[in-house]
Amino acid sequence: MKTKNSNLKVTDVVSNYTGEGWVYSNIVKKHFFHPYNFLLKDPKPDEFDARGQVGSPQCGDVMKMWIKVDPKTKKIKKLKWRTFGCASAIAATSMFSVMATEKGGMKVEEALKIRPQDIMERLGGLPARKVHCSVLCDKAFQQAANNYFRTTSQFKKIITEGSKVVDKRLNITERDIEQSVLEGAKTLVDVQKKLKVGVGDPKAIPEIEQLIRFYLEKYYG
Amino acid sequence: MKKIYLDHAATTPTDSKVTKEMEKYTSKVYGNPGSLHSAGREAKSAIFKARKTIANILNCRPEEIIFTGSGTESDNLAVFGVARANKNFGNHVICSAIEHHAVLFSCEQLEKEGFKITFSKVNNDGILALDYFKKAINDSTILVSVMYVNNEIGTIQPIEKITEIIKQVREDRTKRAIKTPIYFHTDACQAAGYLDLDVQKLGVDLLTINGSKIYGPKGTGILYIRTGVKIDPIIFGGGQESGKRSGTENIAGIVGIAKALEIASKKRKKESQRESKLRDYFIKELFKSISKMVLNGHPIKRLPNNVNISILDIEGEAMLLWLDKYGIYVSTGSACDSQSLDPSHVIIALGRPYEYANGNLRFTLGRSTTKKDIDYVLKVLPKIVRELRRISPVRVKIDAKEISTPEAFVGTPDFIKKNKI
Repeated sequence: MKTKNSNLKVTDVVSNYTGEGWVYSNIVKKHFFHPYNFLLKDPKPDEFDARGQVGSPQCGDVMKMWIKVDPKTKKIKKLKWRTFGCASAIAATSMFSVMATEKGGMKVEEALKIRPQDIMERLGGLPARKVHCSVLCDKAFQQAANNYFRTTSQFKKIITEGSKVVDKRLNITERDIEQSVLEGAKTLVDVQKKLKVGVGDPKAIPEIEQLIRFYLEKYYG
Repeated sequence: MKKIYLDHAATTPTDSKVTKEMEKYTSKVYGNPGSLHSAGREAKSAIFKARKTIANILNCRPEEIIFTGSGTESDNLAVFGVARANKNFGNHVICSAIEHHAVLFSCEQLEKEGFKITFSKVNNDGILALDYFKKAINDSTILVSVMYVNNEIGTIQPIEKITEIIKQVREDRTKRAIKTPIYFHTDACQAAGYLDLDVQKLGVDLLTINGSKIYGPKGTGILYIRTGVKIDPIIFGGGQESGKRSGTENIAGIVGIAKALEIASKKRKKESQRESKLRDYFIKELFKSISKMVLNGHPIKRLPNNVNISILDIEGEAMLLWLDKYGIYVSTGSACDSQSLDPSHVIIALGRPYEYANGNLRFTLGRSTTKKDIDYVLKVLPKIVRELRRISPVRVKIDAKEISTPEAFVGTPDFIKKNKI
């Protein structure tokens, strides 16, 4: 049981930016009640180039994102999402999807620069304790971008911060292995299939296999 | 737009008869009940009358009733007051895992002060696991606090059975010449409007009531303290309320809560029957129109006004705000709606993964609720569920014991582990 909130103040029911009394700004309300770019039907096999998924360790919100990139211009043609989350998570993702695809779309590298602050500013502010909801959509996008860089063999562009790289040529991190295992991979072949790569660095294989065993034990042992 | 208030467990509107009764004491009668002059005596006699009214309903002596500033304060006084006053006898306190935060956090504070606390488990339906509870009692146990009815899921606890267990413990201690007392406190805030409050029948030593849950004024509470219970005050000063709760009495509030309880006890039987029927109809129809839904709490041993459900795959705050848009006011145990971002400890204690708490809605009916209101909710809610499910990426299994998308939480293994049961 977690019970750390006894000292928290109730100060954040007013918007940081507008001082409005309702918890959410009118823009948040609009994007919540009528979200843009959410994925209606489950995607067809090659409808998108990449996808990302992330969960919020604070509150348990889960977000999935799919992207389609124009092979010539490298701009994001389509960005769709689904969210298991509250009003601000839904609104923030909706706003992010608008920002990444408006005016002909951003390049993936450009969209990676969208900061949570930028999303919040466009939303007219979020209550303080809801800020992490907007941090979630940029994280989901980063996963999708990494996934895109991997499938298009742009391994150097993969963002590996915060996790140890185990295969330097393909920029595969411990996090990637962990995710593959949680998605059901049980062997090296499974992991390679999940990460859509061949064997990059043969020297890394023993370490990867060790990691697979470690995570299997951790979650299913 | 039509407004349908289905959050009576949060608070109730004040009954107009209560407001009327209070009016006199907010303007005309202003004396301090501690003063000896006529103005003071007039105020004092109003309190005396109120105390008597309440004592009659609770079947106790008037001097066993203490007026406080809220249900929370009564709970705090019971927990801290009894624990601190009896710490020379023992340092062990038991409360159920699904207590209101007013008891739960008080117990956690006691832990910091050196007490040992057992948070006693509940079964899947929210009823105290009596075997576990019985085993948790030891010779240093001085206080047990188990709520009469849970505020979230409406489950009614077997108070008399707990009393029976405590009686046995007392007898056993007497036989072994152990002088350590053991007291039983129950938080009856939710129960007060619907269930029997006879403290002799219930056998409790302390009992909390909150004015704002029984169509009375906010900022008022009652604590019944059985004669002989050793208790220390938590508020010190002028020695009001026989030294147990200092501070000039809130006369209007006291008169108001007494009136509210009087009305509640008169209406109890009829209103319980009426709301139970509505509740059962509501639950039955909800299951017909919404798939992947569970009822939290016990199906029968449940407060007449409580409908607590988890609608899987979607999140409670989002549902709440959609319902709000349609003029329907409810509450949720979702992490997203709590200040701390923690999911409801009650739903988690039922052995469910956090998604059940995050997809949680609580409807609590009241005196003004009609079948028409319920039918309106039944018309609106399935539409909202359909909309939100369209944008949700998770597919929670019904009767799930683990979280649905652990792979989304890579790098935060605590989160994954924490929710494994």
